Amino acid sequence: MIITCKEATRLASQGLDRKLGFLDRVALRLHLAICKGCTNAARQMEFLRRAIARLGEDADERGALRR
Amino acid sequence: MDDFRSGVERHRPYLLRYASLQLRDKDAAEDAVQETLLAALANESGFGGRSNLRTWLTGILKHKIIDHIRRSAREIALGADEETSDFDALFDSRGHWIEMPAAWSDPDASLAQQQFYAKLEECLARLPAKTARTFMMREHLGCETGEICKELGLTPTHCWVLLHRARMSLRECLQANWFGK
Repeated sequence: MIITCKEATRLASQGLDRKLGFLDRVALRLHLAICKGCTNAARQMEFLRRAIARLGEDADERGALRR
Repeated sequence: MDDFRSGVERHRPYLLRYASLQLRDKDAAEDAVQETLLAALANESGFGGRSNLRTWLTGILKHKIIDHIRRSAREIALGADEETSDFDALFDSRGHWIEMPAAWSDPDASLAQQQFYAKLEECLARLPAKTARTFMMREHLGCETGEICKELGLTPTHCWVLLHRARMSLRECLQANWFGK
């Protein structure tokens, strides 16, 4: 159940593309509970998804979403 | 009829930008948009005013982009640029961070800033071709991994590796050029 940071970011990324298996989910959760760096990286990967989704929009649309 | 034509034309700049983000090739993007507009004009009844016109056009464009990717998949699959990645430089031999990622303060505030998107595009442009294509098919076109694998001739594992690399390089790049400043 002990995974490295490299492994944890791999699972965090895959979690954005497929449903992780039970053991992978547990291992990732345990790792994130004690690792600030991987928690930051995982949040930032989710943030990237939101950012790319708005990349093609016009400036005024982004403003509207912000309000 | 003419209203429909001019309505469709009005979305050309948006569609061109959308296609360019995925294809990274101006001519290919223009071809895909042109095919989209022609298909739309030939099939006005397919729209029928049901949904938002731009959403409908974007749906057609996605198919045209994927057609283009399918046609050119063989050329790009030969690129060896993804094998040498600085990805492994992020971790030491025991799998620990060499430099631990810092928290970004209020990242969503950046989503309202034009300069942020310019920086993000610069970061995307630095990704190797196949990595960028895979990542943008996933996050920009919204394809499922299975579809990406099929179109690019990748195994699911390879696909996930490329997506992971793309995300890690982009977060490094944004850390260095935006959030860390």
